[in-house]
Amino acid sequence: MKKTVSNILTALVYLFLFAPIVVLLIFSFNDSKSLSVFSEFSFRWYRELLKDSNTLVAVRNTLILAASATAISTVMGTAAAWGIHRLRSRWYRRAINTVTDIPMTNPDIITGISLMLMFVFVGRLFGAQNSLNFWTMLIAHITFCLPYVILQVLPKLRQIDRSLPEAAMDLGCTPIRAFLKVELPEMLPGIVTGAIMAFTLSLDDFVISYFTSGTGFETLPIRIYSMTKKTVTPKMYALATIIFFVTLALLLISNFIGDEEDETVRKRKKIKTPIS
Amino acid sequence: MPLKRNRSGHTALAPYSLWAVLFIIVPMLFIAYYAFTDNNFAFTTENISRFFTAVSNIKNDDGSVTEVHTYLLIFRRSLKLSVISTVACLLIGYPLAYRIAHASKHTQKTMMTLIMIPMWMNFLIRTYAWMTILQDSGILNNLIAKLGMGPIRIIGTEVAVVIGMVYDYLPYMVLPIYSIMVKMDHSLLEAARDLGCGSLSVLRRVIFPLSLPGVISGITMVLIPSISTFYISQKLGNGKFFLIGDAIEGQYVANNLHFAAAMAFILMVLLLVFMALVKYATSRYVYGGDPE
Repeated sequence: MKKTVSNILTALVYLFLFAPIVVLLIFSFNDSKSLSVFSEFSFRWYRELLKDSNTLVAVRNTLILAASATAISTVMGTAAAWGIHRLRSRWYRRAINTVTDIPMTNPDIITGISLMLMFVFVGRLFGAQNSLNFWTMLIAHITFCLPYVILQVLPKLRQIDRSLPEAAMDLGCTPIRAFLKVELPEMLPGIVTGAIMAFTLSLDDFVISYFTSGTGFETLPIRIYSMTKKTVTPKMYALATIIFFVTLALLLISNFIGDEEDETVRKRKKIKTPIS
Repeated sequence: MPLKRNRSGHTALAPYSLWAVLFIIVPMLFIAYYAFTDNNFAFTTENISRFFTAVSNIKNDDGSVTEVHTYLLIFRRSLKLSVISTVACLLIGYPLAYRIAHASKHTQKTMMTLIMIPMWMNFLIRTYAWMTILQDSGILNNLIAKLGMGPIRIIGTEVAVVIGMVYDYLPYMVLPIYSIMVKMDHSLLEAARDLGCGSLSVLRRVIFPLSLPGVISGITMVLIPSISTFYISQKLGNGKFFLIGDAIEGQYVANNLHFAAAMAFILMVLLLVFMALVKYATSRYVYGGDPE
């Protein structure tokens, strides 16, 4: 009895979580323009979507921005995590940790406004009329991605036995080779998760992009925002449906890879045990 | 050798340190700078005092007019709606996290993936979809009409805004609570039961205190975005329930950057105080030690 009640309540929560997604999946195939009455099944809005060049450009822009922000924040964040791990000065470490927390705890609107104010101010110093563009957005995206990369890589570094890189160097490895052979492989899962997080955060960001974007460079969330200011056609639902299935596929693949990884770790441990 | 290691660490950290100063610390200082200056960048407290003193007239239902503090009213409303949403998220999210953490390993993974999938979809579109569900002639009202009942008005009420906030931020409550619960030592629960605790008493005296760090981070992760949102209130509140985020965004669009900065500054200071209190309370009452 208790179990049934709890199952029903859980199902209701999941219904609540998926209701809007189911609605937009269904109505993306609606032949009429209505978003609440289903008339007939058709691919009409998918065809219209493919004709909408502004949206397609926005998709391309979003991918370019996310890829650039991910590449830069992953490299800089990984180096930073490695550096933080080696810090002797407790003061420096605490300062860095506090600053790294800021973009994660500050509301997006404050991060966005603060960067915008600085860009506008500096732009005015150089006499620029419109100081917000692709580069300001890129800086903003790198800034909010960095902490997530650092926080994914740091715990992996803490797991490494400190004597291992030293042992490698004692056995004749150059410091760089020791880093590549010992530390990097251990850091890699953290780097990959960090990069994935950075990429998805950048893809999905609306608030910070909204404040730091200029007129020339429109990303998908900003395009969606301006589309929802007017009446929305099911074209946007078609777009959301495509995004849904792409992310679902990515999630399933990453879950699958995760399982494989668990498997190899287990195997490796099995081999290791008799030696230790 | 140690000296050399330390130096290479500093070199690796240098680009990030510079970046953090330039694009995290300096921009925050710019908020304060704009908040306390006028259009010619001369010092003023005008923007800050405007937030506390600006008044406007609102029409009551009976036609009479009341004078209210415009921005204080907006702020109080933001606080009210975000606190209600946070409590709702906790009431829904806590039992859910508990349920997931006690399922089989495989079910856990599926249920958590299902919690996370909506987070991967653009929140603007999801919020918009809620609008089409809750509308006067929307899907929900169509269903209700089929049951032979009159339409209910949700869009444009505070209820709709709360639904939107709970929907968008519920996963942020479930995730931290779940990750604490799944790591909980089950022998502690068994010990409590062996020593004569009823299940309610186990929940109150063992599970809840142990899960408190997750609850606290869940609360902050829901409260902070919901107090500062500006899209949910515009769409689901039908533009009738201006929140502090809407006020900031409105001033940005109107190019009143100094007043927008002043409101952002006030919000930031209040949230910093709140976070400091949370941190103090956590170290004091959850971990039992002196706050660092």
